[in-house]
Amino acid sequence: MTDLTSTRINNDLTRPLLQTSWRFYALAAALGSIVLTALVAWMSQAYYGFGVTGIRWPVYWGFYVTSFVFWIGISHAGTLISAILRLVNAGWRRPVTRCAEVITVFALMIGAMFPIIHLGRPWLAFWLVPYPSERMIWPNFRSPLVWDFFAINTYLIGSVLFLLLPMIPDFAVVRDHSKGLRHRMYRVLALGWRGTPKQWHRLETAMQIMAIAIIPVAVSVHTIVSFDFSMAPVPMWQSTIFGPYFVAGAIFSGIAALILAMAALRRFLQLQAYLQPLHFDNLGKLLLLMALLWGYFVFNERLVVYYGNEPAEMAVFWRTQRESFAPLYWTMVVCNFAVPLVLMGIRRFRTIAGCVVASFAVVVGMWLERFLIIVPSLGAKYLPYTFGIYRPQPVEMIIAGATFAAMAFLYVLFAKVVPIISIWELKAGEHVSRESRPSVEESHLGQVQP
Amino acid sequence: MKAVYGLYPDGHAAQQAVNRLRAAGIPEPDITILSARPMEEYEFGRRDKGTWMWWFACLGGALGMSAGYGLSWLTETSWPIDVGGLPIFAWWPNLIIMFELTMLGAIVATAAALIASALVPSRGRTLYDSEVTDGQILVGVENPGEAAVHDIEVALSAPPGARVKSR
Repeated sequence: MTDLTSTRINNDLTRPLLQTSWRFYALAAALGSIVLTALVAWMSQAYYGFGVTGIRWPVYWGFYVTSFVFWIGISHAGTLISAILRLVNAGWRRPVTRCAEVITVFALMIGAMFPIIHLGRPWLAFWLVPYPSERMIWPNFRSPLVWDFFAINTYLIGSVLFLLLPMIPDFAVVRDHSKGLRHRMYRVLALGWRGTPKQWHRLETAMQIMAIAIIPVAVSVHTIVSFDFSMAPVPMWQSTIFGPYFVAGAIFSGIAALILAMAALRRFLQLQAYLQPLHFDNLGKLLLLMALLWGYFVFNERLVVYYGNEPAEMAVFWRTQRESFAPLYWTMVVCNFAVPLVLMGIRRFRTIAGCVVASFAVVVGMWLERFLIIVPSLGAKYLPYTFGIYRPQPVEMIIAGATFAAMAFLYVLFAKVVPIISIWELKAGEHVSRESRPSVEESHLGQVQP
Repeated sequence: MKAVYGLYPDGHAAQQAVNRLRAAGIPEPDITILSARPMEEYEFGRRDKGTWMWWFACLGGALGMSAGYGLSWLTETSWPIDVGGLPIFAWWPNLIIMFELTMLGAIVATAAALIASALVPSRGRTLYDSEVTDGQILVGVENPGEAAVHDIEVALSAPPGARVKSR
C-alpha cells in the first residue's frame, strides 16, 4: 500500500466526522422530529391507557409485536452476515461489515423497546425484573418470553462488542487526524492503540472467536423468537418449521435492510469508491438465495396445513389465502418472492437501483409476513367465542412507523461519530488486492538485505 | 534520548530495518514495530502471535454455563412453579438459558482478554508517531543505550525510503 492510498482512505472516511454540512443538521432535525412525535404518541398512550390502541381481546398482539419480531429479524443483517463473511474470509466483505453490524445493534435496541411500549404502565416495567423481593417474583425458565430476554440480551451485548472492538484502530486514525476536544475524545476511545503486531494479532484472534460464538447466538435468537409463537396452542402457530423459517426470514430482511443502508451511505457520504457495484451484486445474489429459501419455507408451511385439513387451521389458512387478509398476503408473496426473483435473478437488473427496489419490496413484504403470522391466527382461534378482529389505531401506526425514522436517525448520528467503513480492514484488503503475495518467504525471513 | 526510530513506506523496507537491528545486536523484545494494518505477510508481522485468548474464551464460556445452571436451578427450586406437568427443574428449557449464558461468558471473556493483554501498555512503552496511521511503518528502539544509538541509526537508515527520527 502506498502512502497516497492510505492517506486517501483516511481522508475519505474521516471526512464525514470532521466536516459537518447543513444537510446533516437538516436530516437529523427531520428524523428527530419524527421520533419526538412517536414519543408524544407513546406518552399519550401511557396517559390515556391502552384503550387508545386497537389491541383488545382476542388480538392482544398487533402492530407492536409485529414490529418487535420485524426489528429483531432486521438485526440479523449485521453481526450474523458479518461473522459468516469474516470466517469464510470473503474479501469483498471489508467495506460492508461495519455498515451491517451497526444495523444489528440499533435494530436490536429498537426491537427490545417494544415489550416496554406494549406495557400499559411502562413505569412499572421493573416489576418484571426477577430479583428476590417481597413480591416473590421469579423467572419462569420454561417460558419462551424468559428465553427471549436472555437470547436478545446476549445477542445485543455480543453485537455491541463485535462492533466496538474493530473500531478501536479506527478511533486511533481519527485521534491522529483531529484536534482539540475531538482529539481528546478519540484518544480515550482508542484505548492507547498503537498498532503493534501483538495488538493486531490479539484483535484478529478476538474477532475470530467472537465470530464463531456469535453465529449460533444469532441463529438462537430468532429461533427463540419463533418459539414465542410455535409453543402456543394457536392455529398455524404450532409448527416445527417455525425456527428455521424465522431465521431464514430474518436473514432475508436483514440483507435487504443492509442493501438499503449501503445505498443511502454511498449516495449521501459520497462513498462510491468504496461501496461498489460488486458489493451490491454479491448481496443481490444472497438476497436471491434467501428469496428462494423463503419461498420454500412458505410452501412447506402452507402445504402441510392444507394437507392436514384441520378445521381451525384451515379457517386461518383461507382468511389469508382468499378472504379478508388475502390482499396483504398476496402483496407479501409478490414483494418477498416475485420481485426479488425477477430483479435479482436476471443479471441485467441486478444493478444498484435494482437491488434497492428489490430490498425495499422485501422490507415491506417481511413486515407484512410478521403481521400475517400474528393477527389472522389470534383473530380465529379454536373456539368461535375467541374470534375477533383487529383495527390498528393511529397511535400504533405512528409508533411503528417512527421506528424506521429512529433507525435512520441513529444511523446518521453514528456515521457522524465513527467511520462507517472499517478503515484498517479496507487498508488490509487494498493491500491484498494490489499486491500478489510478496517475496517475503524468499527474502524476508530474518536475512539482512545486501 | 528516549527513542530512535525509522518510518518506512512499505513492508519490505521495514523488514530490512528489523533484520539490520537484529544484526546490530538489538534484542528482539527491544524492537518496536507499529503499522496501520496487520502485516502477517512479513516475518516481523508474525511476532507475538501466541495467545491464551482461546483458553480465556473457554474459561468464560464455562463460567457462563455454570452461572446459567446455577441461576435456573436456584430460582426454580426456591420458587417451584408447576407448568403443564413439566418437572420443576426441566432440562430442555434450561439448556437454552445455559447456552445463552455460555456464549455470553465466552464473548465477554474474549473482549476482556483483548483489553487486558493488548491494550494495557507494557513496561511504559509509548513510542508512537501519527504518520503510522497514514500508512508509514515504524521500526524503532525505545530507551537505547548511548553506545548503541549510532549503530541503531545506521541500521534504521539503510533501507530504501527510510526517514530516521529521534526523540
